[in-house]
Amino acid sequence: MRYKPTEKILASEITDEADYLNRREFLKLAGIATAGALVSSACQADVAEAVAERPIPGRSLGKVAKSDFSTTAKPNSYEDITTYNNFYEFGTGKSDPHRNAKDFVTEPWTVTVDGECDKPGTYDFDELLRASALEERIYRLRCVEAWSMIIPWVGIPMANLLKRFEPNSRARFVRFVTLYDPTRMPAQRRPILDWPYIEGLTIAEAMNPLTIMAVGLYGKVLPNQNGAPLRLIVPWKYGFKSIKSIVRIQFTEKQPINTWQASAPHEYGFYANVNPEVDHPRWSQARERRIGTGLFGEKIPTQMFNGYGEHVAHLYSGLDLAKHY
Amino acid sequence: MRRAPSNATLRALKVMVFAAALLPAVFLVLATFEIGGQSLGANPIEELLHEAGEWGLRFLLITLAVTPLRRISGLNWLVRFRRMLGLFAFFYISVHFLVYALLDQRLALGPIFEDIVERPYITLGIVALLMLIPLALTSTKGMMRRLGRRWQALHRLVYPAAILGVWHFWWQVKEDIREPVIYAVILAVLLGIRLFYRLRSPAR
Ligand code: HEM
Repeated sequence: MRYKPTEKILASEITDEADYLNRREFLKLAGIATAGALVSSACQADVAEAVAERPIPGRSLGKVAKSDFSTTAKPNSYEDITTYNNFYEFGTGKSDPHRNAKDFVTEPWTVTVDGECDKPGTYDFDELLRASALEERIYRLRCVEAWSMIIPWVGIPMANLLKRFEPNSRARFVRFVTLYDPTRMPAQRRPILDWPYIEGLTIAEAMNPLTIMAVGLYGKVLPNQNGAPLRLIVPWKYGFKSIKSIVRIQFTEKQPINTWQASAPHEYGFYANVNPEVDHPRWSQARERRIGTGLFGEKIPTQMFNGYGEHVAHLYSGLDLAKHY
Repeated sequence: MRRAPSNATLRALKVMVFAAALLPAVFLVLATFEIGGQSLGANPIEELLHEAGEWGLRFLLITLAVTPLRRISGLNWLVRFRRMLGLFAFFYISVHFLVYALLDQRLALGPIFEDIVERPYITLGIVALLMLIPLALTSTKGMMRRLGRRWQALHRLVYPAAILGVWHFWWQVKEDIREPVIYAVILAVLLGIRLFYRLRSPAR
């Protein structure tokens, strides 16, 4: 049992706000108006603006492009998406991340890129975001625990980001690593999993147009409990593949061992594609409970590849998905 | 020599224990209707299922604590609370099962049957529940008298039921086994005390 979260944000409020001109655009307009007159102070405004643009959860991301990959289904409420999370770094209960990630500071944030690529290095969050324009992707999310949501992410296509690092011909996989810092992620003090959290994709999966690096939710900066400041989203795989709070991207020749696979190899594999025909050893994956359908909601059938088969099925032709779960 | 409390005092105590034992259910009802700032959260069925299951297990352990407490403290009148506590355990576990069958599975007999046969943790749960049903049915004074010595033998079923209940919990957690471990340790202590007394006086 729990108390209702205090800060209630209605979905309508959020979308409305995303439609407003944001501060940056406003300043740009203002800048045009005063152009030439006050060049030096305009530069100062830019500096001030850069500070204001820091990724504070809940801040509007401004205009984001819509995408044909988005589902037309009604997204879950902001409250559901931000109070019911699996983010073990902040506790194993579903409401723990909402409670324990409040003070998590994501600024400054850098990502180290290494391995089989020609542009390794340590990149600042802002620098990474410049790889591509922000897009809204309203995706289904299917958790391995047989529940699901519809989530309006904001992010950039992963392919656009990864291409900037110029992966070489030996790069067959991409390995992602979550921040390890028990002072900031308190549940890392206990060895529930082998920290830091690690996930991996084949290079083809990572470059698939569905795959994004998400930095926002409902038009706003990603809340901490949802994996701030940047996280992977692979909507045709179980949620645990979509690793959060990424600090390292590594191009590898060998298939990475992801954290859940290492923890229970007979229950969680490398691919973890949503598949109603391959049950988890302890529960069925044939149906899922859609969060937000209340006490009398009926479970719905789970779709192969979470319904994204037309975009991804070709990646697995010839692969025995019962064996490579 | 300790004097037992008067019948009136015991009756008042029973009312208080009854009210306290009902509190979790009251809170669950409040949360279901979102009264007083309570809420079941984003996944209400899961929340009801888990809360009822945990309270069922807690009351099962509280019931099993009565006899050791009585032995150690010499407060024999404690036994007068045992039936009520046991029935509360049965009540919460029944709610747990009904939430599963009616809300979670919406009485879909195929999937329920599949769960019971194929998911070992559900198999354990259902066996535990089946063991508890005859105990609840024979919990009346009349039944106690009618069954005599066999009543005691029958009610020893509560031990395997509690073990299966903890095991059922243990088997379905994903990675964080702290909670089931706590329940398992408490159960082990409660059963261990019984073993200790039994070994000390084998005549009993
Ligand atoms: C003595 C009997 C039982 C006890 C003491 C018991 C106790 C519990 C406990 C403590 C939990 C975990 C709650 C949590 O995670 O917070 C649980 C979960 C569960 N129990 Fe039971 N249970 C019993 C019987 C049953 C029966 C008969 C069924 C169904 C046939 C059942 C189905 C479930 C299910 C579906 C879950 C949730 C699993 C999940 O969330 O993945 N239980 N039970």
